[in-house]
Amino acid sequence: MPALIAIAPESRLVGHHRPWPRAVANAAGWIAVTETLADRQRTLLGLWGEADAVHMAVFDEADGTVGVISLEGLEGNYPSVARRHPPALRLERALRDLTGLEPQGLPDSRPWLDHGRWTLRFPLGEKAIRPAEAVPYKFLPAEGESLHRIPVGPVHAGIIEPGHFRFTANGETVVRLEERLGYVHKGIEGLMTGADLGRALQLAGRTSGDSTVAYAYAFSRAAEAALGLDIPPRAVWLRALMAELERLANHLGDIGAICNDAAFSLMLAHCGALRERVLRAADAAFGHRLMRDRIVPGGVVADLDEAGAAGLRTLLAEIRRKFPALVDLYDNTASLQDRMVGTGILVPDLARLYGAGGYVGRASGRAFDVRRALPYPPYDVLRFDVPILDQGDVNARIWIRIREVEQGLSLIEQILDQLPPGPTRHDVADNGEVREGMAVVEGFRGDILVWLRLAGNRVDRCHLRDPSWFQWPLLEAAIEGNIVADFPLCNKSFNCSYSGHDL
Amino acid sequence: MRRLLFESLIRPPLTEAAPRQSDAAIEELATAVDRSARRRLGRSLSIRAVDAGSCNGCELEMHALSNVFYDIERFGIRFVASPRHADVLMVTGPVTRNMAEALERTYNATPGPKWVVALGSCARDGGCFADSYAVIGGVSRVVPVDLHIPGCPPPPTEILKGLLALLDQADKGARAS
Repeated sequence: MPALIAIAPESRLVGHHRPWPRAVANAAGWIAVTETLADRQRTLLGLWGEADAVHMAVFDEADGTVGVISLEGLEGNYPSVARRHPPALRLERALRDLTGLEPQGLPDSRPWLDHGRWTLRFPLGEKAIRPAEAVPYKFLPAEGESLHRIPVGPVHAGIIEPGHFRFTANGETVVRLEERLGYVHKGIEGLMTGADLGRALQLAGRTSGDSTVAYAYAFSRAAEAALGLDIPPRAVWLRALMAELERLANHLGDIGAICNDAAFSLMLAHCGALRERVLRAADAAFGHRLMRDRIVPGGVVADLDEAGAAGLRTLLAEIRRKFPALVDLYDNTASLQDRMVGTGILVPDLARLYGAGGYVGRASGRAFDVRRALPYPPYDVLRFDVPILDQGDVNARIWIRIREVEQGLSLIEQILDQLPPGPTRHDVADNGEVREGMAVVEGFRGDILVWLRLAGNRVDRCHLRDPSWFQWPLLEAAIEGNIVADFPLCNKSFNCSYSGHDL
Repeated sequence: MRRLLFESLIRPPLTEAAPRQSDAAIEELATAVDRSARRRLGRSLSIRAVDAGSCNGCELEMHALSNVFYDIERFGIRFVASPRHADVLMVTGPVTRNMAEALERTYNATPGPKWVVALGSCARDGGCFADSYAVIGGVSRVVPVDLHIPGCPPPPTEILKGLLALLDQADKGARAS
């Protein structure tokens, strides 16, 4: 991070932070880095706090470097990032709820995750007693003639997670959507503090159920980075295999579910059958349909036997045989295309500003995939394309998924072909030191960041940043000017995580 | 599309035979299903899913129940959009403090006779989130629970077993009375 150091010259590097550097800066240095976000030289990767410190991870797309900049020894406040860079807004509102640190100049004084119902305030900071009465939440105003409001949630009509959507509509057209989240806040980062690696991994794998592999993957890589631990080659490849199976299952499920939201249930039936086959093959190969708790610091706990591998090859053949007809069906059904094309457009400029990852970013022209931008093994030797489109509509987000299903099939085959033999797990040694590690992993939804500080084998502080943090706000922008009836389509095509976001 | 539909006609269905009911569930339910309720229900169940704080894993397996392999609607069981139409609330997750009121309200909006199924290990006792400042605990801390289906998440077959036991109890009662 020489460039970051140059921007914040008074800063000092932290010795025990891996693999990317972390620098402790003064307020001027912090503000200077904030300015590089505001003028788009860098992208915000994450922003989190402790009782008296804040940390900001930034990514330089030009030279592909990552750095963390921190303010330590704070006395109750620090200069807000969102004041200059809106994508940080919800992160800072959450940071304030959790630590009690006040982001100076933050344009929104409302709480975010704290609904006034926890047993205490500031769980990650100087804990305080919560006020007796919850303060009512004020939604943003929308003014004009003939506007009406539609409140939706937190309990929704389908089998989905809870969140509240406040629509302001003029007739059928959405004028403003405001999200209110935090309903499934479980206090995962609070539970992490003081936990041993085993329990922390269990919590990480339950941050967002559909990305349980990706979270365990990211957590394990962060812990291994902190401890300087190598894992056996076979484990490296098995991890990628599980991650690709998870991506495949989720994309297949999403393609069907989005079409179903346009009342085209034939796609859901066929894609649902393929998704079920992936889960069954995963169960046969790794002993759990979602492959939960299979990746651990030091390696993996489930080895692939010959029957499991044969099952996966049968799966690949089955999907290759059936999927092209479904893609044709999607592409040639005029009534379906009529709903998808041009609906819920996210303009590329916003996707870039927010650093939106996953299919949301890649359908709006942002060519970012962690497996390519910050490659980790075995992706450095695997061949794959990162599909990019720039229309930014529901249709584009489906096509990114379709292309990624195709890439996923090829990746799984390459992994099966090249899977090295040998042990699958190394022991994690306890050296009793304080060490920090960080990892970014590409989940099916986008880039998952995990940062942690270990004291020996116990977690001192762990932060998990879901890709949804930079996608949820963009859904508010994408829906504007669409009709209320198209919201399910837009929402499902984003498929942001509630649990991963609320933590 | 015509070819796909035609193939569906000539190929054998993917749908699998119903699983055996879960013995543990039958035992738990024996006391839960009262006679008048059985008569009104007959052999169908409308389920309203409520996520009270889950990681979303249980929801994925609940979705799977509707795919062609499990085809839950053949048993007369279906998921409905409103608690007003529901016989069963299927609740997942440790109940978070931020969701407790919504869960309670959903329960109150469901007309009797009604049952609550707590799905997944977290719904039983809060699971690995039990000690958090933001979590109340298992579903029974907020609303009365008639049936627990454990697992993290429980596979579709396990959910189906529990629900079939619920239906069967209801059905038996209807004939007996």
